[in-house]
Amino acid sequence: MTTTATRPAPVTAASAPALRAAFTGTGTLLRFALRRDRVRLPVWLLALLTGTLATANSYATLYDSPEARATAARTMATPAALAMTGPRHYLDDYTYGAMLSHEMVGFMGVLVGLMSVLIVTRHTRDEEETGRAELIRSTVVGRHAQLAAALGLAVLANLALALLLAAGLAGLGIESVDPAGSLVYGSTHAAAGVVFAGVAAITAQITSSTRGASGLALAVIGAAYILRAAGDTGNEALSWASPIGWTQRAYPYLDDRWWPLLLCVGAAAACAVTGFLLAARRDVGAGLRPTRLGRATASRALTSPVGLALRLQRGLLAGFGAGLFVMGAMYGSIIGDIEDMLGSVDQIQEALAEIGGATLAESFAAMVMVVIAVVSMIYVVMATLRARAEESGGRAESLLSTGITRTAWLGGHLTVALLGAVVMQLLAGLGFGLAAAAATGDHAMTGDLIAAALVHVPALWTAAGVAMVLFGWLPRATALAWVVPLYAFVVGYLGQILRFPEWTADVSPLGHVPQLPAAAMDWTPMAVLTLVAAGLCLTGFAGFRRRDLDTK
Amino acid sequence: MTQEPLAIEVSGLQKSFGATRALDGLDLSVRTGEVHGFLGPNGAGKSTTLRVLLGLMRSDAGAARVLGLDPWGRAVEVHRRLAYVPGDVELWPNLSGGEAIDLLSRLRGGIDRRRRDELIDRFDLDPRKKGRAYSKGNRQKVAIVAALASDAELLLLDEPTSGLDPLMEVVFQDVVREAKEAGRTVLLSSHILAQVEKLADRVSIIRRGRTVQSGTLAEMRHLTRTTVEAETERPAAGLEALPGVHDVTLDGARVRFAVDGGRLDAAVRVLGEAGVRSLVSHPPTLEELMLRHYGDELAANGHQGADGHQGADARTDAADAAGTADGTGTADGTDGTGAAGEAGAVR
Repeated sequence: MTTTATRPAPVTAASAPALRAAFTGTGTLLRFALRRDRVRLPVWLLALLTGTLATANSYATLYDSPEARATAARTMATPAALAMTGPRHYLDDYTYGAMLSHEMVGFMGVLVGLMSVLIVTRHTRDEEETGRAELIRSTVVGRHAQLAAALGLAVLANLALALLLAAGLAGLGIESVDPAGSLVYGSTHAAAGVVFAGVAAITAQITSSTRGASGLALAVIGAAYILRAAGDTGNEALSWASPIGWTQRAYPYLDDRWWPLLLCVGAAAACAVTGFLLAARRDVGAGLRPTRLGRATASRALTSPVGLALRLQRGLLAGFGAGLFVMGAMYGSIIGDIEDMLGSVDQIQEALAEIGGATLAESFAAMVMVVIAVVSMIYVVMATLRARAEESGGRAESLLSTGITRTAWLGGHLTVALLGAVVMQLLAGLGFGLAAAAATGDHAMTGDLIAAALVHVPALWTAAGVAMVLFGWLPRATALAWVVPLYAFVVGYLGQILRFPEWTADVSPLGHVPQLPAAAMDWTPMAVLTLVAAGLCLTGFAGFRRRDLDTK
Repeated sequence: MTQEPLAIEVSGLQKSFGATRALDGLDLSVRTGEVHGFLGPNGAGKSTTLRVLLGLMRSDAGAARVLGLDPWGRAVEVHRRLAYVPGDVELWPNLSGGEAIDLLSRLRGGIDRRRRDELIDRFDLDPRKKGRAYSKGNRQKVAIVAALASDAELLLLDEPTSGLDPLMEVVFQDVVREAKEAGRTVLLSSHILAQVEKLADRVSIIRRGRTVQSGTLAEMRHLTRTTVEAETERPAAGLEALPGVHDVTLDGARVRFAVDGGRLDAAVRVLGEAGVRSLVSHPPTLEELMLRHYGDELAANGHQGADGHQGADARTDAADAAGTADGTGTADGTDGTGAAGEAGAVR
């Protein structure tokens, strides 16, 4: 579109001034990007920081004796536990610091990677997809300036995170969490972040859609995590193929090694250069991979409200479904070791005792089901709010001027969300159950765990109901619906361990769900939750019928 | 014609968005079977009016009837009988254009597959491309094909060709004419004057949420000034004295003036007495009609003086865009800002 007929020579062959010209305007664009992300970035950084500090603090409270830490180290030695945490070497001296690094560096690497990928795609491919890049590129801006600014922003964000983590952790004054180790710890996060920012710089050149670019980069993050999980339980060479594996091998608070992080910096630089080279080979707005053509006509199934909603949400459905299945399977695989793992942790034992249940494994399963339900709830809220995204994206306008009622259109999205809740819980329960049965040899567990997952469905529906009420009556405030899963998580998961007062759980819909398999089935709260959800949804429909459609 | 039931009947429509008054007592009547031009600058309230007519928004006050029904209360019944092309067509990024056409048409209540394929062909649209790959013009084609492939009796088109190229614009005009011949009613919102001039039977001009003029183009021209340029054997004397004649410039044998619609006869008689060698008269174009209503806004935006040229340029562009030039150039800019005070008197 905006490329000229005489395409400039590729960067490799370009002279130094030409190369410099290709980056003209990077500084201005970087300031502009900082301005655009002035809320988004601090929220990310603050969330990652507080999550880390809270975890570090909770370790200091939970494992308050050397014996408790030694037991923890022993139980962490199982392959399943190592797959979910990090390399075995951390266990050699399981101080608070080593514990934090062992359990957090890999997991946080995924989150920091996610942040970095979203930063890069948002400021490169998304700009191109929406057409804003053309506007920017037609001004005095070099062809590489946008990508350079996006990468610059990602690097700045990661450096800020590293410094915040280093200062925050050192400031906690926990034994063995020293300033030098904290600096290495923070740098592991930044190292993972810049690698995946570099990966996104490449994927943003490949596809022409933002979702495709982010999705590809996220797949790389997932592959990196799985590689290190496989490597840490078996052949360590696999971990050395993963950037997350490198960051874990800096061994913060244990060995404080810097050189594995240099590998990350090198890989990030190589990826970034590749991104710039690839960018020079394509037109603005286009991807290296040609976009596939779709069908010339619509199938019967597409042209109903539910069919359309399903089609629009199938990616979300598949992604969350696969994620929840794997999540369930991961928890299921460690349930056999649970007595050893948690037996020495008093607080968790007390929390589990409160849940009841014949065995620790049953109580643990009930507790994990809350976490799984919170993840499903995130899906349910996203799926319900899809209607809002369609509306504010201007796509509802043309549909609602056809022979479809507002109720039918909204009902399509709601149906997918509500049935999606069932599918999510079913998949998570199935993954949990199958893995648990395989780990323990007790095949009766599969059915029990699926049932334990499914009892949460009415509570998930109430979250959809809250989103519906907001959509119907306060469409500009639909983001408030996220309070429900957030609150459910804080109260349902942390509340059990940190012993919040009783009433806090009663406010959360998940607080009323019978805690199968540890407790007996109780149909009354199920019926009440379903009725509440129905009432909320109907209220939302009524509001939507009465209000103006938001148009562009 | 006047006995025909009205397809759209709107009176005193009001709608506010917070402190902004989008519609301020708008009136509109569209007769069954006509192509009605709905003219106004950006922000005049055209799209808001259409959305009220579609029941997507509820008016604060005033009455609206579409095909005899209340568009808010019986939106779906109304929608089954109409088709709408939004001004800003947004498509689903991962649905192909063909899928979007079928989706919209089937939800409206059915599709004439042969007509759909024919329209796709005529508009030169690739229905297999994904929504995100379409340009603005192609997204508009998708919405136009979906609307016109239906058997809707009323078409609401909101600046439907703003992204189309001149060739496609011609195709669009043909298609709208065919729709009219098939007995359909069309409400065509636009600020492309040449297009409305070519297609519309009647025109409503709105401004700041209020209808300022409505009628056939002939009626409107009658009520405004015609520009006359002539070459005479003797200098045409006495023109200035005639009522309804304005802006006379005499340059030897050449004379040039503007004359009110009802006073043309007397002016031409004076020219005849002076011995006419050549005579050119321009009916007021919509451009001039618009300038009469919006002239003061242009002036406020620092457009004084140059309005005539600007108008002529815009007009020429519009004519070019339509693929035909009809030769009624208007390079004088007689009234423009000056005549704005007379605006709004006619209904």
